[in-house]
Amino acid sequence: MNEIGEILLGLGDKFAAHVVLAASAIALGLVVALPLAVWASRSQTVARLSLGFASLVQTIPALALLALFFPILLSLRAVFGEDLPTLGFLPALLALALYALLPILRNAVTAQANLDPGVLEAADGVGMTGWQKLRLVEAPLSAPFIMAGIRTASVWTIGAATLATTIGQPSLGDPIFAGLQTQNWALVLAGCIASAGLAMVADALLSVVERGFANRNRLMYGIGALGVALGVGSALAYQMGGEDEDTIVIASKTFSEQYILARLIGDRLKEAGYEVSYRDGLGSAVVHNALASSSIDISIDYTGTIWTNQLKREDNPGREAMYSRIVEWEREENDIRVLGRLGFENAYAFAMLEGRAQQLGVTSLVDLAPIAPQLTVGGDPEFFERPDWEAVVDTYGLQFEEERSFSPTFMYNSLRSGAADVIGAYSSDGRILAERLTILDDPLEALPSYDAMIMLAPSVAGDKKLTRTLEPLIGAIDVEDMRRANFSVDREDEQKVSPDVAAERLSEQIGLSD
Amino acid sequence: MNAPGNSDGQGNGTAPASEGEPIVAFENVERRYDDVVAVGGVDCRVEKGSFVALVGASGSGKSTLLKTVNTLVTPSAGRVLFAGEDVTQMQQARLRRRIGYVFQGIGLFPHLRVGENIAIGPRLAAEPIADERIAELLELVELDPAMADRMPDELSGGQRQRVGVARALAGDPELLLMDEPFGALDPITRDALGEKVRELHDRLGLTTVMVTHDMAEALLLADRVLVMDGGAVVADEHPRALLSGAGGDTAQGLVSVPRRQAEKLAVLEESRAAE
Repeated sequence: MNEIGEILLGLGDKFAAHVVLAASAIALGLVVALPLAVWASRSQTVARLSLGFASLVQTIPALALLALFFPILLSLRAVFGEDLPTLGFLPALLALALYALLPILRNAVTAQANLDPGVLEAADGVGMTGWQKLRLVEAPLSAPFIMAGIRTASVWTIGAATLATTIGQPSLGDPIFAGLQTQNWALVLAGCIASAGLAMVADALLSVVERGFANRNRLMYGIGALGVALGVGSALAYQMGGEDEDTIVIASKTFSEQYILARLIGDRLKEAGYEVSYRDGLGSAVVHNALASSSIDISIDYTGTIWTNQLKREDNPGREAMYSRIVEWEREENDIRVLGRLGFENAYAFAMLEGRAQQLGVTSLVDLAPIAPQLTVGGDPEFFERPDWEAVVDTYGLQFEEERSFSPTFMYNSLRSGAADVIGAYSSDGRILAERLTILDDPLEALPSYDAMIMLAPSVAGDKKLTRTLEPLIGAIDVEDMRRANFSVDREDEQKVSPDVAAERLSEQIGLSD
Repeated sequence: MNAPGNSDGQGNGTAPASEGEPIVAFENVERRYDDVVAVGGVDCRVEKGSFVALVGASGSGKSTLLKTVNTLVTPSAGRVLFAGEDVTQMQQARLRRRIGYVFQGIGLFPHLRVGENIAIGPRLAAEPIADERIAELLELVELDPAMADRMPDELSGGQRQRVGVARALAGDPELLLMDEPFGALDPITRDALGEKVRELHDRLGLTTVMVTHDMAEALLLADRVLVMDGGAVVADEHPRALLSGAGGDTAQGLVSVPRRQAEKLAVLEESRAAE
């Protein structure tokens, strides 16, 4: 419990970012929804179309909606120029505002439709102009219902804003995603508590405003509105104060190794006098684009991933050729600088229990081929669909008795339980150590390489001090070191540590700090 | 058989048509909704100071005709003149502020206090009225001036419609339009409020046009009764003339209802007395 308290205290900047994002999205939603509702009250067609659109948006999962804004904004760059941000605050704002639209719009339209026709006739009868009628009659009478819509929208938006983490916008989702990946439940819980608490406070304040409107109690809605304004204002002030142009932003994808390496790099930069912030839990596709646009400054990526996803290549030219082609391509196409390789790979690798491999006399994929028809192979859900798998099957002529898919955790367990004899493991995974697995050699180099690389955004590519600081990491981490570090974070016993501690230990291990 | 306000009312006892200065003139007014004719070619005038009742069955077009005056309904053909001007050419909000409007739905603004409701017209015209004037208006409709601070939902139906009348009078209107103003009230409240309105009409020198389906109410309050049927004015008579059989079949059909009721009541009373 103390641990959660400590984490909560350290979430100030995420909290402020979350408040500002959610408040901006609701404000934008209001700015769009209210005029639309007025228009809808004057036109059946507009009412049908706008409510239909808002409902349609609502059926899109929030995570997908956030992700969709990346390609949309990317294509809008043709109109607004290359400076249009495609990740971070802008897409998060737009997606969440769209999401907030429905409850506000629906309540506003319903409120207008349910206004007493006698009251509206009286408004015309006493000589109100259209604007006066809206301001003096329709708006105040609809206000409590609209406030109820705003409350619903607020609770939804504050919850959905945690997903903004995946498109590179800091939020209370950061600790949740980081915690989920490193199985640090205190971190997950702290993020959930903070976000749920925020939603409840916002809902309570807005309910005071709503009741103030309903009872026509100016003091009441004044207090509620003041509370909301103070909250958003101080979050904004906090953010303004904390934002620093010179901060180096280090990204990490959604698995432990990435968190550890980000901290390792961050610690070195801090020692060299840099301000550092982390953008954790980014989607794989998001990271590369964020880097190219300098939304983030440093990332760790893998040659095989870039080769397939960015260069769109399916061939395998061999480890060195692939690396040098990527370095060249990133420089020419994206102004991204590949600083170098860390020294280990996180590739798909075929693994067996040490004892079982010895018993069968298997040390490489060549040995595996003749006995494969008697064996069961396990892989993660996408493994059997990947070019890596096809390449191995074709090259070595592998034909297994059965192919079984497991979630990564169960996949490692399957070897011991006998559900599988050989699995498609990840070469830097800590569980290879823990389970005492033998990695089978790949003498024909059928499996593409996944060398871990330090990638620098155009914004820092020319920073000599920064590159000098990070150069000692090049070639310094072998796969055993990385496995050990990953395992220390992934294990679930008493010796489990946070990525920060794992990064410190790794740094000592490779002789870069004392 | 004398109506209370009829004995000394203006225009009483003479032919109802053109006499005095017209404040409203209907010129061949028609209103169609698709193929349905709500009002078909009405041509008549309302003189200043008169109290005119528009009587007819449901769907006879009386309410539609009334609403063409303050442009809540726009004629499909013909025109309506208010103080000599075509109402569709006048600035709508300004026109409506010159006309008091009382209707069955009452339509008090539920979020405004009684006083604010009464003062809304002058406030819109940027000529706000003082609290004393609000108190005076409340007294005019026989309500406690302290009610100005109440909210409409704290009032009874009859009190609310009194406030509705006070609101209509607040801007010193040149014309008072009433659309079934007492339709939703109980008989006793209805009777009392009807007499009050007639009294105010006389005291303040108003011009009043009232739509009602109740011929007895029209005969007792108005000094001129227009009977409508199928969108047309089929009779235009003084109450006394109607009672003496003028106005044709439709009008006499409507007059016969309260008359028969009165006769039955009289018979009942006699038989009671005989017992």
